[in-house]
Amino acid sequence: MNSIALKMLFGDRLKYIGLIVGIAFASMLICQQASILVGLTKQTGSFIRDTSHADLWIMDPQVRFSQDSQPLRDTVIQQARGVTGVEWAVPLYQAFTRGQLADGTRISMILIGLDDATLLGGPPLMTQGTLVDLRRDRGVLIDVATAPNKLFMKRGGGRELRVGDHLAVNDNDAVVVGGYRARASFFWEPVIYTTYSRALQWAPRERNLLSFVLVKIKPGADLERVRQAIERKTGLKARTNEEFMQLTADYILNATGIIINFGMAVALGFFIGLIVAGQTLYNFTLDNLRHYGSLKAMGVANGTLARMVLVQSLTVATFGYGIGVGLASIMGLLTSKVGLAFAMPWQIPALTAVAILTICMVASLLSLIPVFRLEPAVVFKG
Amino acid sequence: MSAAVVQQTTHPPTARNVAVRCLGLSKIYGEGENQVPALRGIDLEIYTGELLMLVGPSGCGKTTLISVIAGILDRSDGECVTLDHDYARMSVAARTAWRGRYIGFVFQSFNLIPALTAAENVAIPLLIQGKPRNQAIRQAAAMLDRVGLGNKIAARPSQLSGGQQQRVAIARALVHGPSLVVCDEPTSALDATTGKKVMELLREVALDGERCLVVVTHDTRIFSFADRIAHMSDGRLEDITSGSQHPIF
Repeated sequence: MNSIALKMLFGDRLKYIGLIVGIAFASMLICQQASILVGLTKQTGSFIRDTSHADLWIMDPQVRFSQDSQPLRDTVIQQARGVTGVEWAVPLYQAFTRGQLADGTRISMILIGLDDATLLGGPPLMTQGTLVDLRRDRGVLIDVATAPNKLFMKRGGGRELRVGDHLAVNDNDAVVVGGYRARASFFWEPVIYTTYSRALQWAPRERNLLSFVLVKIKPGADLERVRQAIERKTGLKARTNEEFMQLTADYILNATGIIINFGMAVALGFFIGLIVAGQTLYNFTLDNLRHYGSLKAMGVANGTLARMVLVQSLTVATFGYGIGVGLASIMGLLTSKVGLAFAMPWQIPALTAVAILTICMVASLLSLIPVFRLEPAVVFKG
Repeated sequence: MSAAVVQQTTHPPTARNVAVRCLGLSKIYGEGENQVPALRGIDLEIYTGELLMLVGPSGCGKTTLISVIAGILDRSDGECVTLDHDYARMSVAARTAWRGRYIGFVFQSFNLIPALTAAENVAIPLLIQGKPRNQAIRQAAAMLDRVGLGNKIAARPSQLSGGQQQRVAIARALVHGPSLVVCDEPTSALDATTGKKVMELLREVALDGERCLVVVTHDTRIFSFADRIAHMSDGRLEDITSGSQHPIF
């Protein structure tokens, strides 16, 4: 009887295509929006990932996310270095600051200051120059991938900032000595690297300027023990990369309401799918009610009819899901090439499959109501 | 069975096996003040090997009677034993399965599934019984050949004429070898010539010593194909006459 159910489904081409389109659209919407949300969540931790040399970040306990640096005493560095199991501990400066490009274009930027001696905590991939070039007079590194957008000089001919160009950082002259490539970030501001001492010179006057201390654990040392020792000694918080990324993601997702917006889009996809699939499948069943009546009269049990409707429903669910997730993947591939947030771990297609399955089950149950209520005697009514 | 009805039958019940026996059969639709009696104390016997026609004006209860006889509608009162089975004593599931095995249906508007080929449509009763698809299709093709549609096995209903569609429907009703075939207005959607051919086919192919046919109709042109004609009016069985009393169509 399953083959008959499928032939009935394929026979009504218009409704069959309508069902697949509805399910595909719902799958695509659910999958794509969830992938963008995961992509954005991942992007909130880009800076931490890019600074992956360290095992622990020492920070003020009130820090809420990676760009929310609260100043620490300089003595924290020495305290950390004194903890057993610490291989190295280096300062990291990070702050939002103002800048001006050579043509007068004003920008906001995130200034990162790396330990002068070791340059630890630098960008993951240099594309022009080397990290050591930072030691050159007034030297800064810029992200070459985002320069055409974030460091674009609008006046004159209009071009992006390049190696050799000058810019003002908090009214201090700086020279671009190299370019790097970083992970796409949730934060819009361009990230400019310099040395720690130079960053302190350029930073606005404050009592304390140290943002974080990056700590590397000695091989074989127990991370948890070292962490507890650092926290005891400094009275500060020491977080692993993963913990810091999670803290950042949680704060941004909650503070921006982004999770609600994307959640609504995912819910919209679910309900659109439910309505389109439910209505089309219901209409399809109503159109075939006479035939279901005939089958009932001829000895087909309600259970078999339910199985037939489920087979039809699962078939369109499979095709629609495949098309929808495929389209979402293609769109993700295209959008991630231009730096937009998109990440599709296996859980997203899996959860989309569950959502689509739920849609089809609900749609099937709705359309089965008239089938179950149908008196087979109706087939004798002309 | 009432004495009046026995006297009116053209074949004595003792001479043949009784396939269907209705005694004081009644059916009421609706409840309370909205009750509508459709059958009022029907006494009727139908014998194996005969073609019985149920005739009468619209709304007289013909369709309700074959629905009750075929087990797709519950009776309100009285008795109805079909092929030695009383539906009232069977579960819905058992009744459905039994119907699929022993009863064939021919509908007024054919009720062929448009997406299926003629053979697939005919194979449905066999598939319901769980026969393997290939075997069911082979048997269906053989049955289509018997009704003169051996060359239309792969045709879809939309590619067939009305008469051909009804022949497919007859093949579907017979393919699983039912003991009772109920036909609801089998000729009303057909022209006179085609209707006659369909009835000839029903008599030739469907009727044998082990099977009986109940045909609901108000098409007087086919009365002559009946062994007996049960005349109904307002839910009652008024009269039973012989089909031979009617002129050949």
